[in-house]
Amino acid sequence: MKILVPIKRVPDPTQKAKLKDGHIDLAGASWIVNTFDEYAVETALRLLENGEGPTRIAGSEIVVVSLAPEDAGKEIRNCLAMGADRAIHVVASDAELDSLAVVKVLAAIIAAEKPDVVVMGKQAVDGDANQVGQMLAGKLGWPQATFAASIETDAAAKSLLVGREVDGGVEFKRVPVPAVVTVDLRIVSAHAVKNGVTPATHAYGGDGARLPSLKGIMASKKKPYEQKKLADYGVGAPVIKETVVTLPPPRAAGQLVADVSTLVKKLADEAKAL
Amino acid sequence: MGNILAFCEFQDAALRISALSNIAFARTAAAAHGGEVIALLVGAGAQAASAGAAKYAGKVIVVEDGALPHYLAETYAPIVARLAKENGATVVTATATALGKDLIPRVAALLDAGMASDIKEMKGTKEFVRPILAGNAYSTVEITTPIVCVTVRQSEFESAAELGAAGAVTTAAAGTVDALGATFEKLDATKSDRPDLGDAKVVVAGGRGMKNGENFKVLEQLADLLGAAMGASRAATDAGMVPADWQVGQTGKIVAPNLYFAVAISGAIQHLAGMKGSKTIVAINKNKDEPIFQVADYGLVMEWEKAVPELISEIKKLKATR
Repeated sequence: MKILVPIKRVPDPTQKAKLKDGHIDLAGASWIVNTFDEYAVETALRLLENGEGPTRIAGSEIVVVSLAPEDAGKEIRNCLAMGADRAIHVVASDAELDSLAVVKVLAAIIAAEKPDVVVMGKQAVDGDANQVGQMLAGKLGWPQATFAASIETDAAAKSLLVGREVDGGVEFKRVPVPAVVTVDLRIVSAHAVKNGVTPATHAYGGDGARLPSLKGIMASKKKPYEQKKLADYGVGAPVIKETVVTLPPPRAAGQLVADVSTLVKKLADEAKAL
Repeated sequence: MGNILAFCEFQDAALRISALSNIAFARTAAAAHGGEVIALLVGAGAQAASAGAAKYAGKVIVVEDGALPHYLAETYAPIVARLAKENGATVVTATATALGKDLIPRVAALLDAGMASDIKEMKGTKEFVRPILAGNAYSTVEITTPIVCVTVRQSEFESAAELGAAGAVTTAAAGTVDALGATFEKLDATKSDRPDLGDAKVVVAGGRGMKNGENFKVLEQLADLLGAAMGASRAATDAGMVPADWQVGQTGKIVAPNLYFAVAISGAIQHLAGMKGSKTIVAINKNKDEPIFQVADYGLVMEWEKAVPELISEIKKLKATR
């Protein structure tokens, strides 16, 4: 099975947002791979390896793709260090992109690469748009399984049973390959990915994606890394433009109350909330 | 000139409460675009819910077909896209529920439409304000495609009121239905008699400090006393203490009730993103240094084991005096 994982680098979400000239000031920002995309790389690895080994299933391949500025190599290579096999880096600045442009480029790369599955984060934690996976599936005419909390492959790896976190519970949807899957937080819990190769008893290390090993980091430097230009894909001007960014007003300072009876009294009389 | 096609979710022969926020936005957009609001109901039970929908929209389109037994983005998106074109829509909108978020971007792709997700405000005919960076900033975006797609953050739009006269209900054909091989297998439903988290006026949420699922029972007592929905931090849902769909936060539900209780929740920014729009926030935590106290209107530094049972008893007393 061949899996394509689109990834985005994002400013570290623990940094405080500052503005410059009406937009987010990213000068001096530190960057990370979007958490959900890192989980997507982890998901792809779990789908294509024997977790007890770990050994990769013969003939399997993971290609990471990113549309990002020239200097995003470190974040992209981080995914190779985790275990992805090769990278395609389409050099582009944020100002040149919107979700439809990203989808157009990804669709062209997918047409050439012909992956069985696209696995990606459900949203980027900077823009919080949650659009690209669904749009990509729509554009390709592929089925989609969004907000995946679990994935199970069938014996022939021809379809995926995806547990999706929806309002009111967990929906199980089966999609044939090729398909687009977007992953939610709980996809990286112990038994969330079942590929029929990793023993069912195998519990992955728990929270989050794996950290690259030293060996993985060394290997990543030699893995194929292809750089492309946005112009290669005939993308026009963005149709979604950010006109201005503002920061929300801070919440008025609250008060500490001494005991429960004071709290209830204040909620009833002052806040009129009870 | 353009109409507003409002995809609306329904249940038990009525619109879902969340859909009323979508209608509220659609009315604003219709005024700006010089068109009318068309509520679109798709799937099993759509016909039965259409009279309820007609109380809120001047025009209701129903698509019900044996080939649409359950929601699938693959089958619904082409229907929504086709009806948008057939009905002169310049805006296609839905509430940013799990279903809306799954469906509308796919519709946007089929229409080559730019999309604004999870908007909180409409600024110009195709200009919208939406939260980014876990709600730590608001981005205003302008879209230049002929049709735009939008999902609406429920907590930012007051439920629409009923119209004076019922709207006209028409039906439309589903057309060729192709699920592209996708199938709905089952829903493991979280059973609850409580209000939906997104609709509730009061939310009682617990965090990692609750330690285990059993301990949430006392919070549920408090919730039931107040007619509240239950919520939780990611730490609590990840630990399997409570169902995943209780999660409030950047990647869970975004809520803005009148009253929000954060019990044994530290207040990570991802959690705050989901609840800081609440009118009154109460934090109960034994550690006075937790960030949750920085957004709380009322903070009580106390162990939940002591505070919550006392709270239940004090609220019962208060209720008895009314």
